[in-house]
Amino acid sequence: MSNFPTTARCVVIGAGIVGNCLVGHLSDMGWDDIVLIDKGPLPNPGGSTGHASNFIFPVDHSKEIVDLTLESQRQYGALGMQNTCGGVEVARSEERMEEFRRRMTSAKCWGIESSLMTPAEVKELVPFINEEVILGGFYTPSVSAVDSLETGTQMRKRAQEAGHLKVLTNTEVLDIETIETSHGKAISAVVTEDGTISCETVVIASGVWSPKLAAMAGATIPLTPAVHQMADVGPFDVLVETNQELAYPIVRDMDTFCYERQSSGSMEVGSYGHRPILHRVDDIPSNDEAALSPTEMPFTPDDFDQQMEEAIELMDFLGDGEIKYAINGLLSLTPDANPVLGPTIEVENLWAAAAVWVKEGPGVGKLLAEWMTYGYPELTDPHGTDVSRFYPQQRNVNHIEARADEHFNKTYGIVHPREQWNSRRNITVGPVKSRTDDLGAFYFEAGGWERPHWYQSNSDLLANYDVPQRTHEWDARWWSPLSDAEHLHMRENAGLVDLSAFQIFEASGIGALEYVEKMVVNKCDVPVGKSIYTPVLNESGGFRSDLTIVRLQENLFRIITGAFDGARDEYWFRSHLPADASVNLENKTNAICTFGVWGPKAVALLSRVTESKLDQDNFPYGTSQSLLVEGLPVDMLRISYVGDAGFEIYTGTQHGLALWDALWEAGKDYNLRPIGAAVYGTSGRLEKGYRLMGSELENEYNPVEAGLDRNKVKAADFIGKTAYVKARAVKQVAQLCALTMDSNKCSAGYERFPTGSGNEPILTLDGDRILDDKGRISRVTTAGSAPSIGKYVLLAYLPIDKCIPGTALQVLYQNELYPITVATTGRNLSLYDSEDARMRC
Amino acid sequence: MGVMRILVCVKRVPAPGARIIITEDEQNIDSGHLGFTMSPHEECAIEAATQLSEQHGGEVTILTAGSSASEEQLRYAASVGASSLVLIENSSGNDWDPQRTARALSTAVRALENESGNYDLLLFGNEAADTGGYQTGIRTAHLLGRPIVNAINGIEAEEGGFVARRETLSGVEVYRVTGPAAFGVKEGINLPRYPTMKGRLASKKLSVRVIEDHSEPGEQYRLRLFRPAEVAKETVILGTDSNAAGAVVDLLEEMGLV
Repeated sequence: MSNFPTTARCVVIGAGIVGNCLVGHLSDMGWDDIVLIDKGPLPNPGGSTGHASNFIFPVDHSKEIVDLTLESQRQYGALGMQNTCGGVEVARSEERMEEFRRRMTSAKCWGIESSLMTPAEVKELVPFINEEVILGGFYTPSVSAVDSLETGTQMRKRAQEAGHLKVLTNTEVLDIETIETSHGKAISAVVTEDGTISCETVVIASGVWSPKLAAMAGATIPLTPAVHQMADVGPFDVLVETNQELAYPIVRDMDTFCYERQSSGSMEVGSYGHRPILHRVDDIPSNDEAALSPTEMPFTPDDFDQQMEEAIELMDFLGDGEIKYAINGLLSLTPDANPVLGPTIEVENLWAAAAVWVKEGPGVGKLLAEWMTYGYPELTDPHGTDVSRFYPQQRNVNHIEARADEHFNKTYGIVHPREQWNSRRNITVGPVKSRTDDLGAFYFEAGGWERPHWYQSNSDLLANYDVPQRTHEWDARWWSPLSDAEHLHMRENAGLVDLSAFQIFEASGIGALEYVEKMVVNKCDVPVGKSIYTPVLNESGGFRSDLTIVRLQENLFRIITGAFDGARDEYWFRSHLPADASVNLENKTNAICTFGVWGPKAVALLSRVTESKLDQDNFPYGTSQSLLVEGLPVDMLRISYVGDAGFEIYTGTQHGLALWDALWEAGKDYNLRPIGAAVYGTSGRLEKGYRLMGSELENEYNPVEAGLDRNKVKAADFIGKTAYVKARAVKQVAQLCALTMDSNKCSAGYERFPTGSGNEPILTLDGDRILDDKGRISRVTTAGSAPSIGKYVLLAYLPIDKCIPGTALQVLYQNELYPITVATTGRNLSLYDSEDARMRC
Repeated sequence: MGVMRILVCVKRVPAPGARIIITEDEQNIDSGHLGFTMSPHEECAIEAATQLSEQHGGEVTILTAGSSASEEQLRYAASVGASSLVLIENSSGNDWDPQRTARALSTAVRALENESGNYDLLLFGNEAADTGGYQTGIRTAHLLGRPIVNAINGIEAEEGGFVARRETLSGVEVYRVTGPAAFGVKEGINLPRYPTMKGRLASKKLSVRVIEDHSEPGEQYRLRLFRPAEVAKETVILGTDSNAAGAVVDLLEEMGLV
């Protein structure tokens, strides 16, 4: 074929909403040699976009998802492809009404107009609804329906008309070829049934087929095709006579996981309430074999009957409508229900752009185009959608299907910010799980690891300490008063923390120093045995991570990061290894386990089990020593994330159980208790004002704003240096602050406790949202109790004029206002022992 | 006549796309990712039965031979108006050749009629959507000793029988048939209704009567299935935008449409 492009800079596979929008944005950003391939015909090649219901409810609790959704609505609107019809979610339970109050909080946070409605008010909007089965509604006027196929067509044409894009339809991709590189492999070509295209970059935007295409290159895109049932029912006079595509707001019947969307004279009834029906990619028929399209699978009516009954209960007339079209529509589910975007970890220049809803498509197109062009996305921080967030044991079909099976029915569910998974637990555990089990540990999953969150064996401590109980079930869910008791016990005695979930990489070799210097902000050329806590930036100067590095030897650096970010961090470090093999990066997570011992008695306790001197003079804060504990070789690091003196103790996993037992035995004389991650990660950290990646730290903020800048900038070059130096030179528009709640009392007279999951806005005393000069929203990034000072603490970025201790503000939680006051700002946010005297004794 | 008793025979068949995949043993269509349906002729037969029973007062029974999976088609029929469902199962397998099918259907009809009286009207689809044998209706009617007219595209009830029409190349044939009688219905006789949601939910509540069949296989059996060699599809682009108009008109004239 003469027109067949034998070379391209970038090949995008898949002409659904994502692929089309991506090529449009890439073209806008100057990519002038793109090929878009699809195995089906245009404008509807047969993927999930072609059967989407195409509506957008913009309110979500996740900032990342809202950023993508609002940007998508903006793009659909700019192209004239959006019909803003409004939408109302209805509740059939009090629990759902509480969720609506949470939605009101999110709506306020993101600046989306929404309101709570009585059943009668819902009836005014939707006259054919049975108001007797609902308790109320959550109405958002900016809910819209869009034309995703035409939007895709226009975005594609934009790139074609610019002369930047060639489109190949009805062309199946047979293989994706790679070449060996110094540290793995990289993209070289895409093989199609019509010929081979040599290329630098490939993007897989192939929806449910993405895992199969990724596998061609030896990569993984963890998702599973799953069924969403949908039926078109009608015609109905009440709809026909409107003479409009959408005269009535779209209704989401949240407690039955169903929606009803007018489509001219008919109603589309869709459901996320049926049993999870997962397919394998190989089960999807080809365009030729499919009776409808490949992703419009045969309807299985038995699965839909209950949804029909519930729909009729809400809108009686639906029962008389004819079912003219009904499908088991395929969509993509990932293990955590978020999209999978960004560079794949296995193959250089192979990108994932999958598991994206129509409501996020154009935004994702822009985000990826920025990411591919600049090396990082500007639109939002992608840590929740980044394909590199999954660990190896989370990328296989067992894990993907188990988790998709579990979360499918939560699509419209009420998901608590602390909610834990039921499936695929105990897959990854540390060496002392048998001991922590015996102590009644309640485990939270952290990056796949089982991590004790609190210990039932500490129940007796509740008699010693007057810790607050939580009246409201929502506040008390996935929470225990034991955590505050453990905290207070540690402050007076000593606590033992299982830190086995730490992610540990070691960089070694003659180029190791230069390499780690390049990767992080703070100086790594320190004496052997010193530790470095440091931000990790992208080129924009925004946060990519924060972590601790220990110089164990001249050319050996141990990099320690958290379980939630380990997979992303490992990808980032690996993808920046020098080509000359001067550095070896080894993942030691499974080889090394870690325990922490902190509290005023920690040093004395540990001195019992080692002959080395542990006092501050002989073992200063921030340093590491290799020594023996009861004859077991360990590396001890004097450091603290909880505000008390103590050590992180690293040893080979094979010694973990013996080390734990030795510490436990010695601890008997010091009232040592096991302490859960709720203390380590939240209450202990919060009293000291320490920051957490993904909460306070994300790419929209720089180290100066986060208060993590140092007095000097190191001489060595590092990623983000230019931006960092610039940020230090200009007046900051925002700063991270710690705030305390003046009162937790709600209107019902009991205390409420914000979750700090990112959607709770900080408001002025007039109740207005607070935005800084860059348009960034002030919101709670972490919330939790500070038991030692008897306060409930929030962290938030505030515009610089409000970063003054004593400033009175408000926080919105579950749609109710609470008075708060700025307590600290700047580098030291500590609310407890702000001189750090306890940590250095 | 009193309450009109109508029986419609249907067959569960796969609903394939443009390309049909044949299993490796060449004995079946690979229905791994296909849905199932009945032939459009049978959907029209059910609609005709439902309309007659609505006009004259009647009850519609649906009869099928197959596995329990065929309940899906029985319930579909119930969701568009049938009131009684019967499934014939044969424990020796599901190899339903036309002779065996006709024997099983006629035996079942006789059994049902012994219990509740004769059916005034038996309706079949003109031919099955998968095998296209054109035999089952005729063979069954013959075994039952009932008159049958095939390929009808119109039917009305009158005192003592039915008037049916069928179109042929030379014109329209009209048959006046004394009841009880059988007809093979051809698609186009009506526009079958879709099930309503209420109809679907009601159909779930109907019980399915199962009749055990012991008919022996007939003399017809399948050697193998094969797909004819594919004729390459050639798409000719006549032009784009308004420039294509002339070529489109030429083509329409060539096809005798203008």
